[in-house]
Amino acid sequence: MMQNDKVIVCEKLTKRFGDFVATNEITFDVHKGEIFGFLGANGAGKTTAMRMLCGLSAPSSGKATIAGYDVYTQTEQIKKNIGYMSQKFSLYENLTVLENIEFFGGIYGLSDERIQSKTDELLHRLGLKSEANKLVASLPLGWKQKLSFSVAVLHEPKIVFLDEPTGGVDPVTRRQFWDMIYEAADSGITVFVTTHYMDEAEYCNRISIMVDGRMEVLDTPTNLKNGFHARSMDEVFYQLARGAKRGD
Amino acid sequence: MRTLRFLLRKEFRQIFRDKSIVAMIFFMPMVQLILMPLAADYEVRNINLSVVDHDKSPYSQKLISKIIASGYFRLAGYSASFNEAFKLIESDKADLILEIPHDFERNLIREDHEKLFVAVNAINGTKASLGGSYLGSIIGDFNADIRMQLVTPPRFSQFPVIDVVTSNWFNPVLNYKVFIVPGILAILVTMVGGFLSALNIVREKEIGTIEQINVTPIKKHIFILGKLIPFWVLANIVFTIGLLVARFVYGIVPVGSLLTLYAFISVYLLAVLGFGLLVSTFCDTQQQAMFIMFFFMMLFILLGGLFTSIDSMPEWAKLITRVNPVRYMIEVMRMVILKGSNFADVLPHVGIVSLMALILNSWAIVNYKKTN
Repeated sequence: MMQNDKVIVCEKLTKRFGDFVATNEITFDVHKGEIFGFLGANGAGKTTAMRMLCGLSAPSSGKATIAGYDVYTQTEQIKKNIGYMSQKFSLYENLTVLENIEFFGGIYGLSDERIQSKTDELLHRLGLKSEANKLVASLPLGWKQKLSFSVAVLHEPKIVFLDEPTGGVDPVTRRQFWDMIYEAADSGITVFVTTHYMDEAEYCNRISIMVDGRMEVLDTPTNLKNGFHARSMDEVFYQLARGAKRGD
Repeated sequence: MRTLRFLLRKEFRQIFRDKSIVAMIFFMPMVQLILMPLAADYEVRNINLSVVDHDKSPYSQKLISKIIASGYFRLAGYSASFNEAFKLIESDKADLILEIPHDFERNLIREDHEKLFVAVNAINGTKASLGGSYLGSIIGDFNADIRMQLVTPPRFSQFPVIDVVTSNWFNPVLNYKVFIVPGILAILVTMVGGFLSALNIVREKEIGTIEQINVTPIKKHIFILGKLIPFWVLANIVFTIGLLVARFVYGIVPVGSLLTLYAFISVYLLAVLGFGLLVSTFCDTQQQAMFIMFFFMMLFILLGGLFTSIDSMPEWAKLITRVNPVRYMIEVMRMVILKGSNFADVLPHVGIVSLMALILNSWAIVNYKKTN
């Protein structure tokens, strides 16, 4: 691949909280339009790493650029170019579906016409037309997550970061969710996703697995399975995560 | 600017969707302003008086009925001896003992002077000192009455007499409510603004929505403005309702101009809301924010000059009141509403409070971190 094709470049990126090294010198690149899976047991340092890449948390050492912008000095430019969906549902529960879309569209600087057309398109695709004026709090979790994702890519960012987007969601909705991820990737959005579901890991172009703050492996699902002589990603993950010292 | 519009629309939607906030904004000023001034009254009434009347003469009866008729005292009972009366004080049934000696009437007429004994229960300091002095002046009055009856005053007294006549300005009949209502309104506006703003950002932190905001390219000062403006509007509504209650319930019409009053309150609210927002940038939970605000609110109110005069505070406390925004608010309220001060008179207050607003809001913007 060509050098300018890289949208995330990470070199020895580290985050320390006192003596605790949450993320230890991780080095990797992510290419445009790629679906990059970020795996690891609880407490392995996935969320911390992702928060650094989003400009929500300042790294302790190492280098990284997101869409060409530096994570230390250009966090606000980074934020214009990324979408983020956190582990915790973070749209406004006491606003309606429409009001949430309008608000985040406005914050990202979309014009009123763009907000209008995006809203129509989004409601149609999610089948939420009849729920448009309901408070988000009243929606089932699966719909909330799909709405969250749609809002995260509303401004057509270069990269979207998804932190366990399908946690607690039923299999059918998960499948639909991944259809949406593929659609986004097809339109050129790079997807950076963390998950605990190994079947989802198989959907990714490349996977990295973190153990105790370090990035142990990084390859395509097929290569990983071959390398570990495993039949499934489950086995690969188990072999690696077994050695972990932290987590719960 | 466009971003701000979206922020404001969102905040107002959320506020008016929250029934408890709406109730607080409209009912709190009414209830507090109607109930509080009636209860929080400096005038001491219902002082329980125990009388030990050894004389039981027409004169002693006259004195006692004069005291009771004053309206400030309530007869807790007659006691046969001082010790018996003292038991009433010990059991908290009486606040004052008046002991009238034997031969009160006789000595008064024959010897032209007599002593009365007054014992005061000083556990409730205000009640005791005010009660003691009320009683003293009633007895003095009684004394003057009987002198008029017994001796015809000479046309020209050989003793010079200085008679002090007091005239109360700005509150001629010393109506306590005229004094307290503007003060309570000042505190009310401060509390509503301070607490609402302090809890708001922290609430977003607790729910996690702030994370979604922090990952957007929104400018920090726009975000803070988006929080500041809605509460500024709400606090102004509370203030206006308060003024209406003062007008129609207590008949307090500001002597000075409303424009001056609103000019000051506009700047003052920026300071108070800035303080609340600053607190919220330091806290992670609503509980923390609540406690910190409580601590400062207590200080601000107790050192604000509403309940106790700042002039009689010790020097160190006077220094603290200089950085207390509530103090300036209460002063301006009284100056404009009671005295009719104009904008030039309150200009120093406006200046100090503007400075506070500037410092607190800048600090809040700096301390609000999108990247941790």
